[in-house]
Formats: sequence, structure tokens, C-alpha cells
Amino acid sequence: MIDRVLQLIITGILAGGIYGLLAMGLSLQYGVCRVLNITHGEFVMLAGVLTYTISTSLGINPLVAAAITGPLMFVLGFLLHITLFRGLKTRTPSPAVFEGSALLVAFGVMYVILYLGKIGWGGLPMPIYYLNKTLHFAGMTFFLNQIIAFAIAVAIGVGIYVFLSRSRLGRAIRATAEDPATAGLMGVNVNLILAFSFGLGAFLAGIAGPLSAMISPPKTSMGFSNTVIALIVVVLGGLGSVPGSFIAGIIIGIVSFLVIGLWEPVLTVPVYYAILMILLLVRPAGLLGKK
Amino acid sequence: MDITRFISTHKKSLLVAFLVLLLIFLTTFPLYGGVYHVRVLIAVLTFVILAASWAMFSGSTGYMSLAPAAFFGLGIYTMCVLEKELPFLIIIVIGGLVAFAFALLVGLVTLRLKGMYFAIFTFGLVVFMSELINYLEVALTGTHGWHITPLGNTTIFYTMLILAVVTVLAIYFIRRSRLGLAMNSIGGNEDAAEHMGINTTRVKVLTFAISSMFMGAAGVITAPILIYVNSSIAFSTYYSFMPILMAVFGGMAYLYGPIIGAVVFAYLERIVRNEFPDYFMIGFGIILVVVILFLPNGLVGLVPELRGKLGGVIAKLRKGGQAEPHANT
Repeated sequence: MIDRVLQLIITGILAGGIYGLLAMGLSLQYGVCRVLNITHGEFVMLAGVLTYTISTSLGINPLVAAAITGPLMFVLGFLLHITLFRGLKTRTPSPAVFEGSALLVAFGVMYVILYLGKIGWGGLPMPIYYLNKTLHFAGMTFFLNQIIAFAIAVAIGVGIYVFLSRSRLGRAIRATAEDPATAGLMGVNVNLILAFSFGLGAFLAGIAGPLSAMISPPKTSMGFSNTVIALIVVVLGGLGSVPGSFIAGIIIGIVSFLVIGLWEPVLTVPVYYAILMILLLVRPAGLLGKK
Repeated sequence: MDITRFISTHKKSLLVAFLVLLLIFLTTFPLYGGVYHVRVLIAVLTFVILAASWAMFSGSTGYMSLAPAAFFGLGIYTMCVLEKELPFLIIIVIGGLVAFAFALLVGLVTLRLKGMYFAIFTFGLVVFMSELINYLEVALTGTHGWHITPLGNTTIFYTMLILAVVTVLAIYFIRRSRLGLAMNSIGGNEDAAEHMGINTTRVKVLTFAISSMFMGAAGVITAPILIYVNSSIAFSTYYSFMPILMAVFGGMAYLYGPIIGAVVFAYLERIVRNEFPDYFMIGFGIILVVVILFLPNGLVGLVPELRGKLGGVIAKLRKGGQAEPHANT
């Protein structure tokens, strides 16, 4: 029993890496651009099914495919911000109205991408099975692809964190998140930074897609649950806090595998909601959120 | 020539006459409209209720609920469970109250907080309800899904019509009441509203629960049409998307906006959905985005804007020669 629980916890931590990556993207987009991007999961879906197409038709392995889908999603996110959200920002009277309208825009875009995916790829799961070897360690079994996906997720997560805290561009992003008007006065090209941050968030979805596609077969209906997970992880970590998102991702990963393994797979979303409800009642700012 | 003046002086009586005619048309419709058209009209009325009650809360307070389907589905399930125990009309009331109570709970958790928490919570609410009920259903009854005895089209039509009228009237009076003003001021500037002495949390939670109540009642009446119901049929995100699209398209800040949007899209949906499955959702999604970007007040919001422009043009034409010498003096 203890072996089984330990196995589930470690598998959960490994899965949590991808959740963390997902939530980091969402957190970045909300924290900087003030867009609660509920399209996020659909970007993951798009990257996942593209990975399938790339790896089966071109014979490229999914990890290399991530080098294609990541930048592709970056461009898509960048363009999405320039075409939709930039104009919306100038047209809405107040930030609160912008947030509401941007949410509804994302809601529309979500269905567009979802159904484009359905038309292009159908509704069936598309197995890739890459690095599907099992490893045995202290009486527990792991899949190699889980470990590699976790390692890559952590590496990219740390990379983004260092980029945001150390680089010049990262400082401009943080300045824009804090106070766009003042950042603009200091010579930051705010519009460009906003589009870049939105693209960066989409880039993370573009990496998370192939990583999760490697472990479980991607399908066009996977977007919604990915968005739900990302949203809950983001609240748990504190809206807008990047390191918080990553830690919260791992917590949610552990919880989800414990529920699946020990209780009932159908109850994962209800359990997430129970966590969310308690969190909103007790500490709405999240684990690492300010205030 | 004096048509415009006639309209402006008799505005109220004309409106009443129009509404009476509309009501006569609707109440007599099953006598001459075929089965198909009655079905379509039931769908229109359902969407009128959903869109109008969504807009009543989200349109005026600015808190975007992404889960009308959760409350609608709750109504459908209330009907499934109570169908054999109680008369239809009582179940409608109970369905509304169940949705009201659930919305109260959701509101108490999320609406005391500002910002996006409410939207985040409602986003997955449909899936949450669907999976929870799926689990409970199997755990308690050991089976999936429910069969419901179908009711006659005419019965469903008239109950839906009555509910729609009640809903629209209730929303009309709520919008004119202190509660409506409080909602609008929350939408305008929540901090200011709070400083004016409005208990913003109470207003938000209460109005959200009221709007959900109508959705739940509409769900009860819809259930007999479906005949067979399971958790994924009852809780379909489609019923979250369509009311929002309709309300935004028509103009969610107005009373008539969502109604007009519902009429347009419920018909459009019937035609387009069969012809182009999947593709129509792409079109509808694009419409939603375009309307928010370029027509933030919706179709109804276009009227005062156009009237302003047209009025200017007409005034210019009328004054014509007189206007020019004035400019010189």
C-alpha cells in the first residue's frame, strides 16, 4: 500500500511538471496582459495534435517536434494579441471592462480553435508512444517518457524564471505587468512587450502539448480539461505569480494521481473544485500570491 | 410626413400594442404552426430565457459567468429525479429553487472576491457538475442516464412561453429597481458603488442566484423534449456558449438585446447546425469575437448610434439653406 501511494505521488510529481508549465503560461498572460486566456488548453491541444502529425508523417520524434510547435504557438499567440487584444484595450473604457471583454473574446477564440481541430483531426485519440520504456526503481515502475517530460518541463520553467528575473527583456515584462503607463514612460515599448508576453504564454502551451502527447495520446477534446487544470493551478499558486504556478502544478499533479489511483478517476475535477473552493474561502491570494 | 412625430408621441401605446400582438401571435401559434415550427419556437423561448437571465447578471455587473449550462443542466436533472413523484408545475418551481440555492453557494464562495475568480470558477463548473453527477448517479442508482416520459409539444410550448414572459417581466422590474441600479453601479465602478453604501457582495450573490433560477426552471421544461438524459447530455457546454453569444450579439446591457440575439441565433442554429456540423461553431465563435471587438453594445446598441448619425443628417437636410447664413454671423 505504501509503495503504491509513493508510486502515485512520484508519478503525480512527474505529471505536475507539465501542469506547472501550463499554468506558468496562463499566469504570464494574465499577469502581464490582463487577459484570462481560457484558450490556453486549446493551444495545448493544437500543439499535441500537430506533434502527432509531425511525428507520424515526417518521422520526427516528439521532442524535436516541440522545437517546431513551441515557436509556432508563440507566433500564433503574438498575432492573436496584436490582432484582437491590442485593439480591444484601446477601445474599452476601463481595465475592468477590458478584462471582461477579453475573457469573452478568448471564449469565442476557444471554440474556433476547438472546432478547427475537430475538423482537421477528428475526435479519436492519436497514440504516439515515444520512449515508452519502463524503469524499475525501488519496487516502483516509471515510464521513461514521464521522467524526460518532467525534466524538460522543469528546465524550461527554470529557464523562463531566470529569463524574467535576470534579462533586460524580462525586466521590461515585469515592469509592464506592474505599471504599464510608467513602463511606457521609461522607454519600454509596452504594446510589443504585451504581445511578446502573450506569445511566450502560448509558447509554453506549445511545449506542454508535445510533452503530454508523448505520455498520453493527444485528442481534440483535451483542451478543455487542460484549461481547467491550468486555471486551478494558477489560482492555487497565486494569480500572476510565476514560481507559485510551478509549485502549485506539482501539488495538483500529486492530488490528481492520488484521486485516480486510490479513489475514482471520474472525481478528479470535483476534487480540484473542492480544493479551489477551500482555497477561495481561506486564502484567495494563493500560496505564493501577494497580500 | 408626420410619422416620426406620431411614433415619438405615441411611443408607449405603440409598444404596448406591439407586445399585445406579439403575445396573441405566440399564444395562438400552436393552432396553425406545424410541429416543426412549434419545436423551433420552443428552442427560441428557451434561449430567450437563458440569454436574458445571463445578461441580467453578467451584462450589468461585468462579472462574466461562463456556466449558464450548469444551472440549466441542474434543472434538467431535477426533472429526471422528481418526474414520477410530483406534478410538472411544482417541479419547475423546485428546479428553479435548486438552481437558486446552488448559485447562492457558488456566489458566496466566489463573488465576495473581486476580479477574475468568479470567471475561473464558472469556467469548469459544467464539467464539474457533469462528472460529479455521473459519479453520484452510478453510486446511488447503479445505472447511467434517465428516460423521461415525453410531454406534448403544446404543453411544453405553453409552459415555456409562460416562463419566458415571467422571466422577461421579472428582469424588466429588477432592472428598474434599486437592485438593478446597484448592479449597474457595480458594473460601472465597484469601489465607488461600495462607497455609496451598496452591499456589493449581497447584490452580486442575490442577482446571480436569481438569474440562475430562471435557467434552472427552463431546464426542467426542456427535459421532456430530450426523452433520454445522461450527465453529458444535460451538462453540455453548448448551452453555455449559445446564450452568451446571443446576449453579446444582441447587446447585453439592454433588456431587448439578448431577446433579439436569441431569436436570431436560435433560428440560425436550426438551419446551420444540420447543414454544416462543426463548421457553424467556427462561424459563431468568429461572430462572438467580432461583435465584442467592433460592436461592444451589440445590435441594440447600434440603434442610438445610428439615430444620432441619421438625426444629424435629417436635421441638416431640413434646415438646409438656413444653416449656412447662421455659420457666417
